[in-house]
Amino acid sequence: MTELIKITVDVNGTQYERTVEPRLLLSDFLRHELGLTGTHVGCEHGVCGACTVLLDDEPVRSCLLFAVQASNHRVTTVEALGTPDNLHPIQEAFRERHGAQCGYCTPGILMSVVPFLQENPDPTEEEIREAISGNLCRCTGYQHIVDAIKLAAERMRA
Amino acid sequence: MKPAPFKYYAPSTVDEALARLAEHGWDAKVLAGGQSLIPMMNFRLAQPAVMVDLNGVSELFYIRPGRNGGLSIGAMTRQRKVELAPMVAERAPILREALTKVAHPQIRSRGTLGGSIAHADPSAELVALSVALDARLRLRSKQRGERWVDARDFFLGLFTTVLEPDELLTEIVLPPMPSQSGWSFMEVARRHHDFALVGVAATVILEKSRDPAKAKCEQARLVYFSVSDGPVEAFEAAAVLRDQEPTAEAIREAAETAGNKDVEPNSDINASSEYRRHLVKVLGRRALTEAFERARASA
Repeated sequence: MTELIKITVDVNGTQYERTVEPRLLLSDFLRHELGLTGTHVGCEHGVCGACTVLLDDEPVRSCLLFAVQASNHRVTTVEALGTPDNLHPIQEAFRERHGAQCGYCTPGILMSVVPFLQENPDPTEEEIREAISGNLCRCTGYQHIVDAIKLAAERMRA
Repeated sequence: MKPAPFKYYAPSTVDEALARLAEHGWDAKVLAGGQSLIPMMNFRLAQPAVMVDLNGVSELFYIRPGRNGGLSIGAMTRQRKVELAPMVAERAPILREALTKVAHPQIRSRGTLGGSIAHADPSAELVALSVALDARLRLRSKQRGERWVDARDFFLGLFTTVLEPDELLTEIVLPPMPSQSGWSFMEVARRHHDFALVGVAATVILEKSRDPAKAKCEQARLVYFSVSDGPVEAFEAAAVLRDQEPTAEAIREAAETAGNKDVEPNSDINASSEYRRHLVKVLGRRALTEAFERARASA
């Protein structure tokens, strides 16, 4: 039996205390320990971007981080963005422009776009494509996603 | 797709980390950004018994001005921080350019400068760049104290460096860019930000001349990555340009020499040896052209 470690992680403003194995990935911690299944898991080796969350406001792959490393840090997941009745402007733009499609890559893209638009509120199309280049959409409908991000940027600037 | 169990240490000082490494030797693995190591652990290609996590060692996170315009960077400094640092853009613009090609922004917000160098992936941008810039690396161990190693002597082969199991890379020191120098950093990858099929870091220095357009080449360096088990410097290509006026023909000849004499590229699932050789020549020519343009503009 491996040793267990007690951790305290701030996820979406709530402090969670859990006792975990050091090898537990942050992505599995969020989904299995906390039941926050908004964070999707695709490749588990940092390629697909589906599991992207914010760690202290910076986008990271939650499959390339151990939960113990998030102790005493802030994690923000897609659950913090909006609710079905009160969508975040980026989510609303994805709904309107059909950016979600099958929805598998969507949480990771949303969590990549949030810090991107904070840093760059008026991006060019090229910059948008660069910003989501670490997120794979296997519906391959990037055009709708790019349109949605453009719309979101426009509205959030207003 | 889940890592094997391991014993986890999260030291808060370098001394504490070194003590753990001295205690566990080959069983221990240093965890920096983890953006290469954790995928390998998820695949169970790596199953370290002990992990020494440096993410809480705050003394390893810094970017400081070095002597005469150089830079000293703590090994745990995040790639994204280095990429966005104004001091880096001013003093080592080639480093900023190289970092924009390292994986994706989400990887760079976690990945570290020292971690990438110590990992010694032959396709890593920072490995080739550390050689091209004559970086000096500070290594520390509990038993033997500190030593400095030049980047060109640091890499031994595939994922292998001179680092002993109880040793830690703590600092990367970049010398200043000389006056009338230029640089270029280019790669070809099948997908944007994927591992490069071939990449190159080029640095050149022009001799002092009244007419910069006619200045001769004092030094030209090409360091390739993704072509072999480690970074490959094209010495024969450099010799072609030395003391010559870097005309389009001279540059073309140097790039051909790099492809024909300096580099013996591997074949693998992503590209044949012949295709890589072709890319070595094309990228060599483009990178030298851009580097000499920058050098003339700075003269």
